[in-house]
Amino acid sequence: MAEITLTNIVKTYGDGFKAVNDVSLDIEDGELMILVGPSGCGKSTVLRMIAGLEDITSGELRIGGQRMNEKAPRERNLAMVFQNYALYPHLSVFENIAFPLRLQKRSEDEIRTKVQEAAATLELTEHLDRKPSQLSGGQRQRVAMGRAIVREAQAFLFDEPLSNLDAKLRGQMRTEISRLQRRLGITTVYVTHDQTEAMTLGDRVAVLRKGLLQQVATPRELYERPVNLFVAGFIGSPPMNFVPASVEDGGVSLPFARVELPQQICERIGGQQLLIAGIRPDHFEDARLVDAAERSHGVTFTAHVDVTEWLGNELFAYVPFEAPAEVTDRLKSLARELDSESLRTQLVASLDTASDIQKGQDAELWFDATKMHLFDPASGENLTRDLLYAPAPARSSGAGGASPPPRASAPSRGR
Amino acid sequence: MNDEHRVRSGLAKYGGPLVVVAWTLFPVVWILSLSFKAETDINNKKFLPSSWTLQNYRTVFKTPLFTSALRNSIFISLIATVLSVIIATVAAYAIARLEFPGKRLILSLALAIAMFPAVSLVGPLFNIWRSIHLYDTWLGLIIPYMSFTLPLSIWTLSAFFREIPWEMEQAAQIDGATSWQAFRKVIVPLAAPGVFTAAILAFFFAWNDFVFGISLTSTNRARPVPAALAFFTGASQFQRPAAAISAAAVIVTIPVVILVLLFQRRIVAGLTAGAVKG
Repeated sequence: MAEITLTNIVKTYGDGFKAVNDVSLDIEDGELMILVGPSGCGKSTVLRMIAGLEDITSGELRIGGQRMNEKAPRERNLAMVFQNYALYPHLSVFENIAFPLRLQKRSEDEIRTKVQEAAATLELTEHLDRKPSQLSGGQRQRVAMGRAIVREAQAFLFDEPLSNLDAKLRGQMRTEISRLQRRLGITTVYVTHDQTEAMTLGDRVAVLRKGLLQQVATPRELYERPVNLFVAGFIGSPPMNFVPASVEDGGVSLPFARVELPQQICERIGGQQLLIAGIRPDHFEDARLVDAAERSHGVTFTAHVDVTEWLGNELFAYVPFEAPAEVTDRLKSLARELDSESLRTQLVASLDTASDIQKGQDAELWFDATKMHLFDPASGENLTRDLLYAPAPARSSGAGGASPPPRASAPSRGR
Repeated sequence: MNDEHRVRSGLAKYGGPLVVVAWTLFPVVWILSLSFKAETDINNKKFLPSSWTLQNYRTVFKTPLFTSALRNSIFISLIATVLSVIIATVAAYAIARLEFPGKRLILSLALAIAMFPAVSLVGPLFNIWRSIHLYDTWLGLIIPYMSFTLPLSIWTLSAFFREIPWEMEQAAQIDGATSWQAFRKVIVPLAAPGVFTAAILAFFFAWNDFVFGISLTSTNRARPVPAALAFFTGASQFQRPAAAISAAAVIVTIPVVILVLLFQRRIVAGLTAGAVKG
């Protein structure tokens, strides 16, 4: 058990490409830290540098207070679960789990006890004599975890461990990993590209983009107070709606409505003409279902809903809109970065299922203007981050902790 | 009509293979039958012996020329095989996993050497070996055998190693293994089919070699079986030693047949691995 400290970690490849650029991260003892980002953001590289599988170009890595930069992987006493599990196909499940213990030259009795114990924890007891090739994906995954838990490692490293499983199993294993980690209380670094996994598993989540750390925060903090356009677009499903917002005295004009802004925000905006407004789908509602008290701090507008999707627990309404080329280009490049493809500019509104809005009709919608973010289109910076959610400070600070985690690197440095 | 069709497809299915098998096995059966004929019976103008006898086998095992050749062949082939497999395994692992200058050169040189006609080497080797006292020794044969089996083994094995995912070694290293332990406990067992294939191919090459065997030896000290067969004589100089030679040929074929039967699955797996990918 140990805390892991990364200080100004840089990874430069032979061609000068910086896969990881100046990442600093404090992972506390017993914490489950998620590294998340789209493919190619350097999250796996960070993990492999912690494991010792990649050299650290510059910066310092400390595990349990000890400098680890020059140590070989086997001297770091870490356990790792690989994306493809990396089970030894020639060894039985028992021998796979026993492998690290055999290397430590433990006694036969001790090995037997420990492997049995781990197998019981992971419900693998009846599979111990089988070969990995005879196991299902979920079972292989558990064997890989068994191999990690038999040895008293200082920390667990997970490299996209669930990406090879089908959706249903992924959900189960996610809970299983979370439960196991809480019970063992081992410091864990978990890499994923799936924001749902990141949000549900992590004590804290570190969002990476092109080798730069964007924001390290609790899932709630990331969701409610993203530092920039990238984090805002990456976290949340369906993703945050981005719409052009042209600044007019005392407010912004969106394609479908005008929003008055508080004094503080107006000052922050300064002389900028065009911003990008971000509104989460669940901050929209069917205007008829919003009570009068709430209605006052939001904006009601009429829009043409061209498609609806009814999911039982919620109703998605899609509203296409026109945006100036400047904003469209920015959003397109953001979508590319987020590994998604936005074909058209549209709003997604997540409505109460009680709503009777039909597709192809004009509908009256409402959104909570106090929860609208404003982003600088050039730098992507969130201009309203520390001003939002003022009405309910107790709730968000409770999740964020007493001291908000440091903003690792200014997003504007990325460009 | 249906029957006719069935006969035709049966012919197509079994006819071709039967022809091939008959073509390849006929000489073997002939030698087998010859080896059971008494010396006076060789010219009986029949395929099978008039009376079956083991006399030839007894004669062969009493001939020092053959027994020492058999010993030479077994040990020379085994030593050449073991050495070349060990060296090839290590070399192939380095080629598959490491980036180093001259890697391509090594691979293409290895291929070039493997394609070199053996006969062109015999003359120079004969002269060199005589001057450095390797002529007519085991080592004098082991070295040229290895120079031909190594390239083949390196190519086969590096294809195998390349198919083993990197994560295998990385997992082992994180589990606490040194690079050597990861290689020995994870990679070599995984490449076992490749190692077997390389070993068997190397053994066959050394075991079947005639050119080096006859040119680089002069006495029973190092002469291997294929070369020794050429020096067989009959009971008298007017008798043809065909029956004895056949018996000896049958004896030296047995290990090959046993090896192939034991490992045929692995050989096939080994030869086809790497054919599809990379």
